[in-house]
This record gives sequence, C-alpha cells and structure tokens, in this order.
Amino acid sequence: MSDRQQTYAKVVELIAPFNKKSVAITEATRFAQDLEWDSLTVLDFVATIEDEFDVLISMNMQAEIETVGQLIDALGRLKSQ
Amino acid sequence: MTDLFSKFDPIIAQREALLESGVTDPFNLVMEKVESPTVAICNGQRTILLGTYNYMGMTFDPDVIAAGKTALDEFGSGTTGSRVLNGTYVGHRAVEQALKDFYAMDHAMVFSTGYQANLGVISTIAGKDDYIVLDIDSHASIYDGCALGNAQIVPFRHNDIEALEKRLKRIPEGAGKLVVLEGVYSMLGDVAPLKDMVAVSKATGAMVLVDEAHSMGFIGERGRGVAEAQGVIDDVDFIIGTFSKSVGTVGGFCVSNHPKFEILRLVCRPYVFTASLPPSVVATAATSIRKLMDSADKRAHLWENSKRLHSGLKQLGFTLGTGEPQSAIIAVIMPDLETGAAMWEALLMEGLYVNLARPPATPAGMTLLRCSLCALHTEDQVGEILGMFAAAGRATNCIS
Repeated sequence: MSDRQQTYAKVVELIAPFNKKSVAITEATRFAQDLEWDSLTVLDFVATIEDEFDVLISMNMQAEIETVGQLIDALGRLKSQ
Repeated sequence: MTDLFSKFDPIIAQREALLESGVTDPFNLVMEKVESPTVAICNGQRTILLGTYNYMGMTFDPDVIAAGKTALDEFGSGTTGSRVLNGTYVGHRAVEQALKDFYAMDHAMVFSTGYQANLGVISTIAGKDDYIVLDIDSHASIYDGCALGNAQIVPFRHNDIEALEKRLKRIPEGAGKLVVLEGVYSMLGDVAPLKDMVAVSKATGAMVLVDEAHSMGFIGERGRGVAEAQGVIDDVDFIIGTFSKSVGTVGGFCVSNHPKFEILRLVCRPYVFTASLPPSVVATAATSIRKLMDSADKRAHLWENSKRLHSGLKQLGFTLGTGEPQSAIIAVIMPDLETGAAMWEALLMEGLYVNLARPPATPAGMTLLRCSLCALHTEDQVGEILGMFAAAGRATNCIS
C-alpha cells in the first residue's frame, strides 16, 4: 500500500466510531453535509486524528478541509513538513 | 436575484414555530421600571431579577450614582472621540488607575465594551504565524478576536488540561503562542483549572490571557478572579474584564504587567477606531471598582446565595450544570428548547426573570435556564426564588 492508501485506511477506521448514520465512506464524503457532524463531533474527530498522526490541524486548516480526500491530502502535507 | 437574508430562513422558521405555540417571546422582554439591582417591573408585574450580570449589585450604589451625576454635569454626556484623539478625559485615566490598583498591575487599558477588549487584544497581539490555543467553549468575543486576526487557531476540549498540553507541544518550534482561557465559563458557571493550565502553558513558553468577566469582584480574596483564587495571577500575562457585570455599567479592559503593553494604544484597532466611553460611565466604573476592593462581606453573602440556590434546585429535582456551585451562575439544564421556553414563561408569570440560553451560545446544543445571583439578593428572596421554581417546574412537568 502507498502512503496515501495507508493514511486513507487509517482515516476511514478513525471515522467509524463517529459515523453514527453508517454512511459509506469515499474520498468524496463531506464531513458536514454527508456525515452531518456538529462542531463538537468535529473537535473530537480532529483530536483523534491529531493524536494518531501527531500533527496539529488548526481551525484555519479545517476551514479548507470539506472532504475525506482533502483531509488525506492535508495529512500528507503535514507529515512531510 | 438572491435574497441575502435567505441564509437566515432556518432560524426564522425555528423562531416562528416557537412563538406559534403561544409562548411569550423569551428574547423580547422589556423592563418597564428597575427598582433595584434585584427587582424590576416587567409586563406590569414585580419581577425578581435572577438573570442579570449585576453580581455585586453596584448599579444603584449611592456613591456610584453620585459620581456619574457629577461627571455628567462637569464633563458632559459624551466625548465624541477616540481615546487616542480627543476622547481621553481625566476620568478615563482615573478608571485605568483604579484598575491598576484593583489588580496590582502596571498597565490598564479601557475599551468601550468587554467584547471590544477581547476583540482588540487577541486580534492585535497574535499575528500571522502565531498560534492561539483556546478552550472550545470560549465566549463569542474571543472567537471573533481570533477571526479578526491572522493567527492559527487551535481549539481544545473544554477544561481539558492534557488536550491543551498536547496541542501546545505540537506547535512548531519558535512560533509565538497565546493561550486564551476564561476564569468562569458563563453558560454552565463552571470554573477553569487555571492553576494547572497556566503552569502547562508557561512551561511551553506561551503567553496566557484569562477572561475574568464573570469572576471579577466576586471570586478571589480581593475579587480579582479565578486566577487570584487559584494562586496563579502573577503568571497570567493579560487579564480581560468588563464593567458590565460586577462593576455595574458598561466598558471593557485589559490589565497586564507586560513592559511594552502601552504600545497597544496605538496599534489596536478596536481601541483606536471607536468613540471612548462617556465621562459619566468611567466615573461610575472607577467609583464602583474602588468599592469592590473592600467588599469581602458582600462576596461572602453572594457565595451563601449561590450555595443555597444550588442545593435548593438540586433538591427540587432539577438537573444543574455543575455538581457543586462554582460561581454566581447556576445553570438549570432543560431537555429541549420548547420545554425551556415554557418553563421560562412559567417563571416569568410567577415573577422571576432568568436567562433562557440556547445554541449557539450554549455548549453541546443545550437549552439552559441560566440563573445569576446578586450579592444583594436577600435570604428571603432566595427562598422566594426556590418557591417559584417549584411551582413553575411542576406546572410544566419539569419536576414531579
């Protein structure tokens, strides 16, 4: 598996406990519209991602991340820094 | 053509649905007469006020009123100018001196509102490439201060020391860091673990700003707030506060020991580009702040009120925001907005005003009946308040 595939698999795994509506996850899945997450859920999920990948995702960055695919891209950039 | 107002349709619909149920509009109350810090006339009825921020009951203090009247006579109704141009009178300097004495700090800067104090200080001191780490339940003025600036914003779970520390440690080496905390969080009335949070922040080289809006005058031996009560006030870089709560008028401020603090007067836009407070307001504020220094007896009585209301409401079967009373705010958690509005109206009919608080002001989507006590509520009034809660709670089936 490529780095990106590995990151994707991990992110999908971490989404699962927050995916109350059992929405099928793809790279195009949108956090707000498709998963219907509120701000508190977003906070908890971001904290989970931050702890797993040991990165910091500021609210400024979160504003640019609408889909699962965009999160994978952002994690790729953060890890290469 | 797109109607710019269509984005408000969901909230318009929610509001209409609520009012169609026949309930009194909880966000449209008018006080026809105000008799004292604890009693007003609403809809022709004598109403006990349990939803103001008049914690220390200073609004009708005779010395405070007299100072305001004198200033009105001697300096007129307003300054019509910015603090940095024609808007600084002796009274503005005097209230800043009162704040320096109250907090025993080197610098004090007065803004036209508490909202502007947060907006101005946060947006100005944290610039591009700096990081602001803040509690997720921070007040709107803190978030708006973040939005006005260019810093990277990193929220952490409410009052979670470990979550704060983890985030601080992940900030890139060499970046400027500002940690923003509140002494008392105004929705649930809970207090921050400032002792640990300030220590953790300082260990990573961050500067710390604490908003003590809801604790000034009441919490801490000299009423300096939660940072004083927890023994960390000397490690706090900036304290933000307001005149619109315990001080009993309107205005905001920041106090600090930072040696370069005064430069903010020239670079802080929400300080520069607005009119300064009217002379009567700064005169009442200065008088009130000096009186708050020696108000230990009132502080003790307010604690008694808070404890009694908390235990009384718990006994009646209400669910409260905190297990123990931590401030002058006691939040009663309602199951939903409809029940909350019905209970709010029933209390108003009984002759009691409390705040109905709902999202987005509240955490976790909660509807709250927020009670804030005053040092001038008498023992009898607290008893009366509990009786009203019992009656209204049973009438709306909130309690059995």
